[in-house]
Amino acid sequence: MTAQTAYPNAVSSADVPFNKKPTSPAKIIGTVIGYVAMIACSLFVLLPFIWMTLASVKPNNEVFMVPMKWLPSVWHWENYVNIWSDSNMLTWVGNTVFFAICVTFLQVFTGSFAAYGFSKVKFRGRNVLFLIYIATLAVPWQAYMIPQFKILSAIGLSDTRWSIILLQAFGAFGVFMMKQFYDTIPEELSEAARLDGLSEFGIYRRIVLPLSGPSIAALGIITFTNTWNDYMGPLIYLRSPNLYTIQLGLKTFISQNSADYAMIMTGSVMSVLPILVVFLIGQKQFIEGIATSGMKG
Amino acid sequence: MSHTAAPADSKTATRGGGNKPQHNKGKMSSAAIARRNFLHGVAFITPNFLGFVFLMLIPVCVLFYIANTRWSAFGSPVWTGITNWKRLLHDDVFKDAFWNTIYYSVVHIPLTLIIAFGLAVLLNSKLKGRAFFRTVAFFPYITSIVAVAQVWNMLFDAKTGVINQFLGIFTDNLPGWLGSTTWAMPAVIIVATWREAGYFMILLLAGLQTIPSELYEAAELDGANAWQRFWKVTVPCMRPTLFFVMVTLTIGSFKILDLTLVMTNGGPGTSTLVLAQYVYRVAFERSDFGYASTVSMVLFALCMIITLIQFWYNNAKEK
Repeated sequence: MTAQTAYPNAVSSADVPFNKKPTSPAKIIGTVIGYVAMIACSLFVLLPFIWMTLASVKPNNEVFMVPMKWLPSVWHWENYVNIWSDSNMLTWVGNTVFFAICVTFLQVFTGSFAAYGFSKVKFRGRNVLFLIYIATLAVPWQAYMIPQFKILSAIGLSDTRWSIILLQAFGAFGVFMMKQFYDTIPEELSEAARLDGLSEFGIYRRIVLPLSGPSIAALGIITFTNTWNDYMGPLIYLRSPNLYTIQLGLKTFISQNSADYAMIMTGSVMSVLPILVVFLIGQKQFIEGIATSGMKG
Repeated sequence: MSHTAAPADSKTATRGGGNKPQHNKGKMSSAAIARRNFLHGVAFITPNFLGFVFLMLIPVCVLFYIANTRWSAFGSPVWTGITNWKRLLHDDVFKDAFWNTIYYSVVHIPLTLIIAFGLAVLLNSKLKGRAFFRTVAFFPYITSIVAVAQVWNMLFDAKTGVINQFLGIFTDNLPGWLGSTTWAMPAVIIVATWREAGYFMILLLAGLQTIPSELYEAAELDGANAWQRFWKVTVPCMRPTLFFVMVTLTIGSFKILDLTLVMTNGGPGTSTLVLAQYVYRVAFERSDFGYASTVSMVLFALCMIITLIQFWYNNAKEK
């Protein structure tokens, strides 16, 4: 993947010194417009986050001040300490981390396993099966959430940890994404291993899996983020407050403390911050993973 | 999605053909190999496939049945034939939800596409700081909907919100945003576009980077201006990416739920009530699961129809 993306760059930077044309005024204007657009868009994207962070440390009456002030008169950093005692933040974060880790593990494991079957083992009915997988990517969860809820409730799984784990862990997306990657691994590699007497599982574990580090990281990060941010699943399935995830907990907190603006913003920052960290650490894998296969939405 | 599967088909066909003689020289008969491969293939797929069948395929099939039943909170579904469908035709709230979904999609899809395409073209240039910009633009997509909706709700506050304070510099005729039936939907669309443009930008950028620069150079030598190069080189080369983006964007717009649920809860009145939220409301707030499934079927059909149309159009264009 990196080789692929590096290639066009190498070409374009190599030909610059030789055919350097005098820059025309139109080009300069274009560049200026480009920078202006880039800065304007960055501001538009970032301002809500900046406002959110600043509002979280403001005194309550300054959040909606007219005319607005960006900076608080007194910085209430203690909001970030108080939120842990004023809400069940610890429970919510704990639950969410637990869900996200279980789901990510299951999705990566079953997804890469199935993708190997679809990509490297030739068997009858494979293409039909894969077509069914692909077709369901076009079916929104919202359309079948009712029968799914009814089935999981019927076997007593609603309002349990299992419901959220099952809900997220078997997405067709993971299979699709890993298969995209496995298709780029040359067939000769597994063929040679087969001749050397390695079993299919051996090939998967010793050859394919070690090669797929970056895509597994990408799938892992994407799944983790999706599970962390999921609101609808927990909203429908979870009733007991001790099972609440951060999204559901935050929403409950907002409706119970609707006038405590600064605290609400503190909670919001807390729900965004871990994902920001995960994203900044893994953004290369994240963005490349999405660029190659889209993302479940 | 037969389009994406087609290349995979041809690949396996050539691979299978190439490998056959090799296998025949070995100790096992080709039937034994086929059987062995089948068992191996199934073994690899089973863990995911079980979950997939149980949590997705079966629910989708069951949906077709429940949609024609009456099913309240307790008891089991009772078959009622087309009663639910008749009710649907006379349900004004359903009609509102349907048209709101269309309204949202018709504005949100082109708006997001244009902005995302513009940003992708910008990022495909040699401007400095574009790596930073890519990170920034993508960030809203991975933030939690609850936090994002809450922040925008505060920013959109009609009297004291930041947005109206800013607009107040230019005009006295300020929109009421989330408190007004006219302006609530535009506010939702603004937030949705803000959130998703960066994601589609990444997809489109990946497509742009696959276009060989020789094509542009050749077109430039032939005297094509920037506008012509865009329509004659960029757009045709981007067709597969644009197709994927359009399908994703359309389905994403039809199924919009969590954003309106958290931002406006469908209000004021029914002005931002969309199909998926009507499904949620009928099912989980009124426990009328049968009728909610009927509404789900409409959502399901809408997504299928649009996806098929886009397939057909894409295939026709490729020929």
